[in-house]
Amino acid sequence: MAAAATSFQQRDGGLSAARFAAVVGPCALFCLAVLLIAPWIGSTGITWRNVLAGVSPDREIFVVARLPRVLFGAVVGGALALAGVLFQAILRNSLADPFTLGISTGSSFGAVVAIWLGLETVVWGVPLISVAAFLGALLTILLVFFIARTRGTLPTFTLLLAGVTLNFIFGALIMFIHYASNISQSYLMTRWMMGGLDTPDMATVLHAAPFVVACFFGLMWMAAQLNPLAAGEDWAAARGVDVQRVKNISYFIGSVLTGAVTAFSGPIGFVGLIVPHTVRLIAGPDHRTLIPASFFLGAAFLVLCDTAARTILAPIEIPVGVITALLGGPFFILLLKRKHGELW
Amino acid sequence: MQARQRAAINKMTPIFHINNLAFRYGSVPVLHGLSSSFAAGEFAAVVGPNGAGKSTLLKIMAGLIRGYSGSVEFCGKPLSALTALDLARRIAFVPQETHMVFPFTVGEIVMMGRLPHRSSALFDSPRDREWTREAMLLTDTAALSSKSFNELSGGERQRVVLASALAQDPEVLLLDEPTVYLDLKHQMQFYDILERLNAERQMTIISVTHDVNLAARYARRMIAMRSGSLVADGSPEEVLTPQHIYDIFEITAAVVRRPDGRGSYIIPTA
Repeated sequence: MAAAATSFQQRDGGLSAARFAAVVGPCALFCLAVLLIAPWIGSTGITWRNVLAGVSPDREIFVVARLPRVLFGAVVGGALALAGVLFQAILRNSLADPFTLGISTGSSFGAVVAIWLGLETVVWGVPLISVAAFLGALLTILLVFFIARTRGTLPTFTLLLAGVTLNFIFGALIMFIHYASNISQSYLMTRWMMGGLDTPDMATVLHAAPFVVACFFGLMWMAAQLNPLAAGEDWAAARGVDVQRVKNISYFIGSVLTGAVTAFSGPIGFVGLIVPHTVRLIAGPDHRTLIPASFFLGAAFLVLCDTAARTILAPIEIPVGVITALLGGPFFILLLKRKHGELW
Repeated sequence: MQARQRAAINKMTPIFHINNLAFRYGSVPVLHGLSSSFAAGEFAAVVGPNGAGKSTLLKIMAGLIRGYSGSVEFCGKPLSALTALDLARRIAFVPQETHMVFPFTVGEIVMMGRLPHRSSALFDSPRDREWTREAMLLTDTAALSSKSFNELSGGERQRVVLASALAQDPEVLLLDEPTVYLDLKHQMQFYDILERLNAERQMTIISVTHDVNLAARYARRMIAMRSGSLVADGSPEEVLTPQHIYDIFEITAAVVRRPDGRGSYIIPTA
């Protein structure tokens, strides 16, 4: 334990298996604990005896309502935290988040169009609104990429400009459609854009989870190459990193992760910003530990927030985005104050 | 003596061979048909005024700028046929200054120099640790290893970046105005390390600078550039004549022998 504590504190060079375990281990265990406990908490009390014995309604509440929701929360939280790490790395800006480049407005645009057209059916287990939201996100991802691309490179500045501009354009289109739709559609639209984890069933979770986990392992393989980008592209290229390739891969993995989960959850803010930041303050910015630690803590953080969102005012549910900001914000300020001076 | 040395060096295959190199940034021409070669073990300084194309030349040699015309060969192979990884295993690059957007520690930054040599995707090996340890001892940065890079002074930062470059185990060290933001003492300290690397490890060192006096004190070959072309090439004594200095910098200067006999220095007079 003492050895683990020292290797956690010491950042005088390389990454050993011991240090990796000391940083990532606790995060993974914490995430596991949250996943094990959260499904038992809620507005209706259930007991594990009844769930295991298959007594109604305890079993249905556990299997149909809470378990998919908790697992989906973990998938969304993990994906948003990963996307946050990637965007911060390639934009070289610790204030970037998964939505900086317009993906939330793009997918909201898709969803708003679908609601406006009354596409409320479910095809092959996937709601058409989610399909439209994902298409909106994909459209944004490709537009930003091709607008920003200059002579085979992806300059940070044009990437940001393209993202911010598309944000405005899609924002205007959303406002127009919102204005043109009736009151019940308008409510649905507003509710979708607040985000939430209340829709998915187990099938959605089982579709999304392998994709997110595959991205996670892919990123682990590339993690070390993201480190020298912190000092600039020449710096990374001089250390043998194929900078354009790493940037392109990071951009697409981060974007598609965000677009895929947002299609089902709607935009949920703050997770992708605060989780990577917190990990950096506690365990340092090495992407080889930052990526896995953010993945597990992002999952745990969103599940915790969602558990709070569905219990605090039960049976009324608060949009989870409200909780991520209200819980995360003050915690983050506290952390900043305590660690001040180490940030920059 | 000087001529004999040069003749001996010229017999070997040059480590860099540059032929008719031209480059433009968009429509702005930066280098015009430049030719030169560098031998292994040289300590060369590229001097010239701002905008002469020195940094561009150096970045092309480091493989950081592509899309030039003419040919640049590294150890007999065209640079364009080598990947960033091939080059990073043999050439290290030190920029003017380095900003880290995230709070990496000195040890972590030096360890980034091991990237081109790593065998495992995730962990650093004991060999990587040995290399970074040695690079930090050489640059006198070992005591800083767990400090955050952004808390260091300018002189410390440049030594750390040099350590990270040395951890790459390079044959060639390319430096782009590495001491431009350092005070006199730290400039000397930095170049003393380079001098030792060149003498003890036969590392090829090519440094861009507009500080001709510093270049004359340390380099054994001086290349003067102006407006994208070579103006003079030779020992510092050969290059630093009042006429050359006028051609390069458009100033009149007196050239004085250093009292210790190690080259000359210039005093601008008008």
